[in-house]
Amino acid sequence: MLQEEEDLSLTIAHIVQKLKGSRLYSQLERQAWVSLQKPEIKLESLKEDIKEFFKISGWEKKLQNAVYSELTVFPLPRHPAAPPEHLKEPLVYMRKAQRPVVEQKELLNKWNEMGTDEPDLSLFRPVYAPKDFLEVLINLRNPNYENGDHLNLKTHLGLIQVPLKVKYISELKEFFIELSLNTGQLGIDDATQVPPELFENEHVRLGQKVLAEQDSAAAQQYIRQGSPTALRAELWALILNVSNQPEDLLYYEQLKSNVIQHDLLVDSLIYKDVKLTASNDDYYFVFEDYLYQVLLCFSRDTSVLGHFAYNSASPPKSYIRGKLGMEDYAVFYPPNGVIPFHGFSMYVAPLCFLYHEPSKLYQIFREMYVRFFFRLHSISSHPSGIVSLCLLFETLLQTHLPQLFYHLREIGAQPLRISFKWMVRAFSGYLATDQLLLLWDRILGYNSLEILAVLAAAVFAFRAVNLMEVTSLAAAEAVLADLSTLKVMPLLQIFLFATIT
Amino acid sequence: MSRVPVPCHIKGAVALQVGDVRTVQGRPGVLVIDVTFPTAGPFEEITFKNYYTAFLSIRVRQVGSPNQSSTKWITCLRDYCLMPNPHNEEGAQDYVSLYKHQMLCDMDKVLELRLILRQPSPLWLNFTLEELQFFQHGPQSSSSAFTKWLSHPAPYEQPALLLQQALPDPDKVSSEVQQMWMLTEMIRASRTTARIGRFDVDGCYDLNLLSYT
Repeated sequence: MLQEEEDLSLTIAHIVQKLKGSRLYSQLERQAWVSLQKPEIKLESLKEDIKEFFKISGWEKKLQNAVYSELTVFPLPRHPAAPPEHLKEPLVYMRKAQRPVVEQKELLNKWNEMGTDEPDLSLFRPVYAPKDFLEVLINLRNPNYENGDHLNLKTHLGLIQVPLKVKYISELKEFFIELSLNTGQLGIDDATQVPPELFENEHVRLGQKVLAEQDSAAAQQYIRQGSPTALRAELWALILNVSNQPEDLLYYEQLKSNVIQHDLLVDSLIYKDVKLTASNDDYYFVFEDYLYQVLLCFSRDTSVLGHFAYNSASPPKSYIRGKLGMEDYAVFYPPNGVIPFHGFSMYVAPLCFLYHEPSKLYQIFREMYVRFFFRLHSISSHPSGIVSLCLLFETLLQTHLPQLFYHLREIGAQPLRISFKWMVRAFSGYLATDQLLLLWDRILGYNSLEILAVLAAAVFAFRAVNLMEVTSLAAAEAVLADLSTLKVMPLLQIFLFATIT
Repeated sequence: MSRVPVPCHIKGAVALQVGDVRTVQGRPGVLVIDVTFPTAGPFEEITFKNYYTAFLSIRVRQVGSPNQSSTKWITCLRDYCLMPNPHNEEGAQDYVSLYKHQMLCDMDKVLELRLILRQPSPLWLNFTLEELQFFQHGPQSSSSAFTKWLSHPAPYEQPALLLQQALPDPDKVSSEVQQMWMLTEMIRASRTTARIGRFDVDGCYDLNLLSYT
């Protein structure tokens, strides 16, 4: 009991300190000063009257939303003896497996090839592709783990060899209870054959009410059943607690001027990535300019460095020439600490359908990155981290489709090799856009990326009959090459709630 | 309230196993760590870093009352779970604190303490506890509100008749200084973690200036 109270007061103190520096605090103070002139505020009951005033004028809701968004991001309270690295990543062997040294060396090798003013894109290769990342994950080993040659009770037949905790299907059913068969879903119950009076109209009305209330927590609960297309942009902004204040606009303009004035090496990587991925995609090539605007600004945004407090990776550092090793002369390179890999621009592309104003698009992307997307390309033991997602996918497939799993393994087509690229990009570029946005609704609603692993397993279950007949990895990839006709929500419902286990 | 570490002597872990450790195939599932205290004092808190131990029990031997002939071992923590699933990594390398109120008996006069570690899963090669430390309450630290020279003002001195021009009013000056001091205290008290938000480049990202790491 005492421990929980201490943890709670520590959390409260931490959130208060964080919010004190934010714009909301000064706005609340100003509002309190202004309200003193109102006749209903009396001096004797000053505190209660001001609290009442905040409740009526909607400022309390804003404060609630801010606290809620801090809580979703805030990592668990840490033990006083634990060093800060423990908060980022508790398992020592995962900490040691971080990649930044390799990335830095690659980047610096390319530095030698540069030297011209105009970036010659043919000289650039992407820093790394999802395939290379998968190889690193496959080679993760716990030195204390029995990995003998003989089969024992926990031999990993899949590619991932670390025994992290992943949810069983019963736990997943409980976790995703709002996706069950007897709850209405957008993506299923808004099909043309279903009369809209059954579910859709009521759901849209409820969504409008949630938006009118401006309550983040309610919006997050609401969006678990999907979001109507008309309300999606505002709902996501509410859940991520992004508002379009003049200060945010100014911040974005400042970043834009930094892009115009200064050149960074990472810009060339971004250009190359956008040209290779988004511009070739049927849905997203129209947004090419938006992508440049967002990504170039993103790489100069130092506020992103804040998320490294709970990210297991560390931003790569570079030193002024001649001052190697001296911390005073170290800079984070790139300024936001994130080196874009091949396919990075696909995180931004679907958002372009929702937001047309560059500064709002930028803020939404930044918030989604520091909450979710960074976990997809850093090595950590977090339940939403990519290692856990891979293990969850393999475990689900082994448990519920053992014949398929065995068959694919026998022909040399480990299922993770095919589904890894889907999960790393959060299915962006593989699904049709409306289906992808329905999937990302659920990611926001459940504040977890586990649904990506469940969907990957569901896709394999759907195409199981065809997959049982293939005889090589290339043929298996061909069966699963085109996902653009799939409907996401029925697949998830069937896999979670309608499969006989 | 401050914590003061208690001096103790921690012996190495001993595996409890039937038969010879070297010749038998299986790995031991139980380890015992003995801790002795030179002075039998009270302690409030035990902290350690877990390394793949699943369950922990603690037995203590206290200084007995004068009419008791021998001191006996009492269990003060039984099968405390450190890893919810012994086969998974959850909780395997966490930092843990155990407090007096979680124990089944008093921790007043402890002579010896025995930590019994259990790890039933055969998957792990080793398991132990690291960085074991014991703490007791330190003396109450007095809050230093005033700096020393404020709480011991210098005795009143006669003003020197050196200057002929008008001196500023001492009361006004002292009130202004007090206000400034209060402002600095307020700013110091409300320290935030917010960034200024400016991104100054001043040439430090220039290609030729940065070197290899």
